[in-house]
Amino acid sequence: MGPIRMRRLSRQRIRRASAVCAAVLFPAAASAQGLSSMSQGWVFGEQGGEALYAHVCAGCHQPDAKGAVGAASYPALADDRNLASAEYVETQLFSGRRAMPALGRMMSDQQAADVINYVRAHFGNDYRDEVSAADIEAARRQSGSAP
Amino acid sequence: MERHLSEAASTPLSRRRLLELIGAAAGGSAMYRAMTSLGFAAESSWRGPIRLEGDPKGASVVVLGAGLAGMTAAYELGRAGYQVQVLEYNARAGGRNWSIRGGDVYAELGGATQTCAFDEGLYLNPGPWRIPYHHHAILDYCRRFGVTLEPFIQLNHNALLHSTKAFDGRAQRIREVKADFEGAIAELLAKATRKGALDEAVSKEDQEILLEALRYHGGLDRDFRYRAGEDSAEFRGYARNPGGGLSARPVDGEPIGTHEILTSRLWRGLQNFSSYDFQTTMFQPAGGMGRIGEAFARQIPNAIRYRAKVTGIHQDERGVNITFEDRGDGAIQQARADWCVCALPLTILGQLPVNVSAAMKAAIDAVPYASVVKTGLQFKRRFWEEDEHIFGGISYTDLPIRQIAYPSAGMNAGGKGVLLGGYTWEGPNAYELTAMSPAERIQVALDCGAQIHPQYLSEFETGVSVAWHRVPFTLGCAGEWSDEARRDHYDDLCQIDGRIVLAGEHASYLPAWQEGAILSALDAITRLHSKVLAI
Repeated sequence: MGPIRMRRLSRQRIRRASAVCAAVLFPAAASAQGLSSMSQGWVFGEQGGEALYAHVCAGCHQPDAKGAVGAASYPALADDRNLASAEYVETQLFSGRRAMPALGRMMSDQQAADVINYVRAHFGNDYRDEVSAADIEAARRQSGSAP
Repeated sequence: MERHLSEAASTPLSRRRLLELIGAAAGGSAMYRAMTSLGFAAESSWRGPIRLEGDPKGASVVVLGAGLAGMTAAYELGRAGYQVQVLEYNARAGGRNWSIRGGDVYAELGGATQTCAFDEGLYLNPGPWRIPYHHHAILDYCRRFGVTLEPFIQLNHNALLHSTKAFDGRAQRIREVKADFEGAIAELLAKATRKGALDEAVSKEDQEILLEALRYHGGLDRDFRYRAGEDSAEFRGYARNPGGGLSARPVDGEPIGTHEILTSRLWRGLQNFSSYDFQTTMFQPAGGMGRIGEAFARQIPNAIRYRAKVTGIHQDERGVNITFEDRGDGAIQQARADWCVCALPLTILGQLPVNVSAAMKAAIDAVPYASVVKTGLQFKRRFWEEDEHIFGGISYTDLPIRQIAYPSAGMNAGGKGVLLGGYTWEGPNAYELTAMSPAERIQVALDCGAQIHPQYLSEFETGVSVAWHRVPFTLGCAGEWSDEARRDHYDDLCQIDGRIVLAGEHASYLPAWQEGAILSALDAITRLHSKVLAI
């Protein structure tokens, strides 16, 4: 399931989308003044790992990547030994897990590669084996979420 | 003029009267079978107030989570003779059934704290906010628990549809878009019919009826054209309304052209008014959705232990041990019961040590939660009513706020009001809003809303914003089941696993609806009760 399919809402999805909330079928719109950093449509507009982290990941994992704790927690990505495996991050991004939706499905291959490389090389992480857009394409195919 | 209804076929014996006769003659079960065959009862698994018959002999149940699912289970099990205790993370009951009112303090994950400054009587429902008429279970509990309901206005013909990409960004009236879209379709179909394009599909006689229906329904004139005139004005309204005296004569408006209305895509917004979940009548509790959770809590006095953070669930052959932290003093404590109804969101449960089957564990981990952001805005005056004659209802937009919902209560009384100034469900914008501070989210809501209602700039007073992935007690809005996950995991999620059964909207086919939470709880405790009696 990728951005294209997401736009064609299935009945199930419409029902879900409508439930607590809005069943709005418009794609997101052109940026107006003051909204210039926000995306249009069903793919993130941010480019580069830093921007993607700040405007997407940081909502839960926090700007300092130290996570947050409530009734349960968002794991810290800072000093995270799980990030030694790029594949681990890819799996989270494309399959989702628990509270985490499969956000990679709203990113291009390049965006996903950028944000993975960014978190693996910041916040006390120093994993320098970068993934490429081609790696992401392969991972996406494997997880059944081809764009 | 209600010309659609006046000629509706009437049956000599109404369906309800027929059912009453069957019920009187043959008893309830025959009536129920008849109801099902007549399509009456099959629309919900609600079967009326639950009756758990048989003595549980003092069996005990620990319920995790005092949302509507947990409190439904606690209330009904208590009535059936169980000893019930409920553990709740928050200092209030209700869970996602929640209203934020003036004076309330809300701290989100990440640390930002908002103190709501709304005036007396005004509120934001950050979670559920409307109840369809076919959600029988929650309506029944509202009736039994004395929760006053009022109409929730879903469709307001005078509210707006707005696209930044159409009509130079000028919002259009729903009644005009609806009438002109349907009028255009009717005219085209009438044209095709009269040219013989439907001769193979529709008999001549039926074509005559079809043409009559198109004119009747579509607002076409006697020549089957949809154009400015009294026929279209009856649907789309007037450029100048009929009045009295010398200024009485109405002026018909010019319909939006077919090309303009099609390419505007504004017709997409009309779906929000026609789908089953949103058909009239919808309801809301007077004073905020949170009134329902408060009413449930009153029914189970002393059963809820607040500020209890569950940290572990362990079952053995004879019962269930719950480990929890008292959020007041930090003390780690234990609760023990024969059975456990776990109504925690899967986002929370998935992180707890819990010894259930591998299949249930896989199901718990299989459901991500939707990202949803809502923002409430208080204005000095109800300009949408005073200036624009919009009383309740929802305007839809392609801006990141997605919609503006006008309050369904306190209409035409002047004074201040709170708009739902943004309601963003999934998609990149929901995550982007979540990554913002509450003040930034409110600013986005203002910047978007001012494009539709310029009065925002001068009338705004104060706002409050909730991003559900930052809500400490849920870490997300509601279960986002994919069709594949449901196929592979749903039944495993709902099975009783030893002494534990799950409940909540995530364990229903009505995800994110309160009705799903309640029906899930009723189904779970019915099965649990059978198991208890069988032991």
